[in-house]
Amino acid sequence: MTKLKCAIIGSGNIGTDLIYKIQRSKILEAAWMVGIDAGSEGLKRAREMGLKTTAEGVDGLLPHVQQDQVQIAFDATSAYVHPENSRKLNELGVMVIDLTPAAIGPLSVPAVNLREHAERAEMNVNMISCAGQATIPIVKAVERVQAVDYAEIVASLSSRSVGPGTRANLDEFTYTTSGALVSVGGARRGKALSVINPADPPVIMRNTIYCLTDDEPDQAAIIESVASMIEAVQEYVPGYRLVNGPLFDGKRVSVFMEVAGLGDYLPRYAGNLDIMTAAACRTAEMFAGEILAGTIQLEPSETA
Amino acid sequence: MKEAKPTDIDLKGRKVLLHDMSLRDGMHAKREQISVEQMVKVATALDDAGVPLIQVTHGGGLGGNSLQHGFALASNEEYLQAVVPLMKQAAVSVLLIPGLGTMRELQSAYDCGARSVHVATHCTEADTSPQHIAYARKLGMDTTGFLMMAHLNDPRGLAGQGKLMESYGAQTIYITDSAGYMLPADVTDRVSALRDVLEPHTEIGFHGHHNLGMGIANSIAAIEAGASRIDASVAGFGAGAGNTPLEVLAAVLERMGAETGVDLFKLMDLAEDVVVPMMDDLVRIDRASLTMGYAGIYSTFLHPAKRAAEQFGVPARDILIELGRLKMIGGQEDMIVDTAMSIAKERGLLKDVVRA
Repeated sequence: MTKLKCAIIGSGNIGTDLIYKIQRSKILEAAWMVGIDAGSEGLKRAREMGLKTTAEGVDGLLPHVQQDQVQIAFDATSAYVHPENSRKLNELGVMVIDLTPAAIGPLSVPAVNLREHAERAEMNVNMISCAGQATIPIVKAVERVQAVDYAEIVASLSSRSVGPGTRANLDEFTYTTSGALVSVGGARRGKALSVINPADPPVIMRNTIYCLTDDEPDQAAIIESVASMIEAVQEYVPGYRLVNGPLFDGKRVSVFMEVAGLGDYLPRYAGNLDIMTAAACRTAEMFAGEILAGTIQLEPSETA
Repeated sequence: MKEAKPTDIDLKGRKVLLHDMSLRDGMHAKREQISVEQMVKVATALDDAGVPLIQVTHGGGLGGNSLQHGFALASNEEYLQAVVPLMKQAAVSVLLIPGLGTMRELQSAYDCGARSVHVATHCTEADTSPQHIAYARKLGMDTTGFLMMAHLNDPRGLAGQGKLMESYGAQTIYITDSAGYMLPADVTDRVSALRDVLEPHTEIGFHGHHNLGMGIANSIAAIEAGASRIDASVAGFGAGAGNTPLEVLAAVLERMGAETGVDLFKLMDLAEDVVVPMMDDLVRIDRASLTMGYAGIYSTFLHPAKRAAEQFGVPARDILIELGRLKMIGGQEDMIVDTAMSIAKERGLLKDVVRA
């Protein structure tokens, strides 16, 4: 079966884990990895895994896009360089999946709104944040039963899984995630809290989701909706697991989740990183499926 | 007759800046239910007693109003706007924990008159604070780097973390004994390690909790090792078994010759006549708060753990010990209910939720 060729921009931990996820896909092929340091471990590993590599940044990839039929690129660099990377790739008709906090395109949570994006053939979609990927499905699961006035989430991350970029820009992480609880999750107001726990051995990612419903919660309907949403996320993140709840207290619904990774390149406790690469890969598969079936076509675009 | 032996520690002439926590840490003890009127009453009395710095916010600081940490009776802005204009000499400070509070909220607190901030991180995660410390300095605020649960990092590690915060712009680095776990020698080692690496103009602070009854002794050890700022609460009003009691510390410091500028008798009266009657439960070393000091658990977990204990029929001490075993830190209050539920399931007191 034909596979759709992908490029990975960024040769760090996320980029490397993406190679494993893509190589497991039935319809995606990891063709290129782009870095900026010729001596980097990530590029070396990519070559060993059969990818072509360049250390010249995105500009090093552009001349090969057409010949190698690269149609989807994952950007795992930084919010600062993402807009420029995306513009250059979109001009050549390459659809970009943004794993940075840049968020210039629509926000994607595969279990919630991916099909809409694929049908519109968006040329840039953003993966929000790890906390967003882990919690928005639950907010949506409650909201599709009844109106949610306020959603609040708490993401606990193991210290070792939180990179320097996130640490230095924690407020952006907070703002992006809070906003997405509203725009994607459907709550009227949203607030995101994060805690970085240094315990050794590292703790698995935990997420607590609180929703305040307008009316008394329909308990049976919410229990059913949350359970089926968890199954939908488990299709791409098998380690997405309910630990406790839903707990009902007046109009408050509390759900306690855990996210264990697949342990591909990143360790199992880093479910926060794994859910990003898994969701990005799932997003690419959805687009690839439509492209391969001929239902959408990617067109070169001037702006992202 | 032998002459009385002078004490080993002589603090004669040492200047110590006392920072009252009762209107921030005390919010934990009141489940965030301190009214604006009560805030004003206590703050004006502290001001009148000469306390130079008073912290006023939700117990969790800026951004603290939440389902996770409880909703206070008023917003941080409302509390600050009520208190700040009435201060004759005291400056008002706030707490900011990155991940919970943001720079937007810091700006808003500044606009309401806050002029000092504790930027707080867990004792190993100082590098989550650079943007907040820099922003506070840009506003011209008196800025501290506040290393919480400091018993979980060794002196050298803490010195490195403090050095990072200093590099971001923090003017004071705090050793924060959030669990009330430390003994005086632990404090001495940590403060000394900081003093060795920090620039001479960078101050050192200590924030103690009284879970093992060591609040005063630890504060004295900190001052002896080079700290010049001490957090304390009038009547000890705060999380766990409370903070270092301010009026007791003031009395001890006066006996030792240190200069604090506070009026001891006014503080005693405030503690006894105003603050103690405000308490829902007497802030004291009971078995739950003693458990926290003994096992090194975040003091703020006390009241939520007692509530979860009631809700799920599991003793608070069992929940607290399990939270300690799981190495939960400040901010993970959601894990209190989660842990109580998991224990209740193990003991057959609670069943998994099942689909119809």
